[in-house]
Amino acid sequence: MKVRVKFFAILRERAGTAAVTKELVDGSTVADLWRELQKDHAKLDVAGIRLLYAVNQNYVSLDHVLKDQDEVVFIPPVSGG
Amino acid sequence: MFRVTHQPIDLQTLVDYVTDPEAGAIVTFIGTTRNNNEGRKVIALDYDGYPEMAEKELARIGADAARKWQICRMAILHRLGPVQIGEASVVIAVSAAHRDAAFADSRQAIEEIKKTVPIWKKEVYEGGEVWIGTQTGQPLPGR
Repeated sequence: MKVRVKFFAILRERAGTAAVTKELVDGSTVADLWRELQKDHAKLDVAGIRLLYAVNQNYVSLDHVLKDQDEVVFIPPVSGG
Repeated sequence: MFRVTHQPIDLQTLVDYVTDPEAGAIVTFIGTTRNNNEGRKVIALDYDGYPEMAEKELARIGADAARKWQICRMAILHRLGPVQIGEASVVIAVSAAHRDAAFADSRQAIEEIKKTVPIWKKEVYEGGEVWIGTQTGQPLPGR
């Protein structure tokens, strides 16, 4: 299956790109995707950062199982307002 | 109206939007960009956001508030992109039959915005820049 990942803020700078498409084995979780992305973008591992996870614009947990064509975003601590 | 925008926010547009014949009060909150943070002089600000989800979260915040208090109408606009010092980065407007509900609703909304809406502020200083919230400073190249 394929999922689309968008990067924002510090993670976009660290990844060096705003979006990637990633091929994953069926049954992969958000955590699995994060591990795969680190192989391609070593700088994504920001020391001490606490992330939230969104799939198709809804917050999910790290063990959320992904589906084909999902849009996944790793959300650094927000600072709107 | 729950939106993100790259344009300067016009307060009157939001006031007009929430104006309601059943309302006895309209409260507006304007978050503005400050020229200093923790003792450092801020020379520029830049907001990044995940627009589709940010608008969804703003709407959820509005729906939560409407369940809790008797309000008439509500609008939230948040800036994305570069924002000049002193400009509005976020504006909330809420109308209600009575002022207590309007004050409480706008207060809850700004607190929630700071916790759950996927928007990120970068502060640029002399000699560096920081994504606020991440505590990971990155010196500018060549400094």
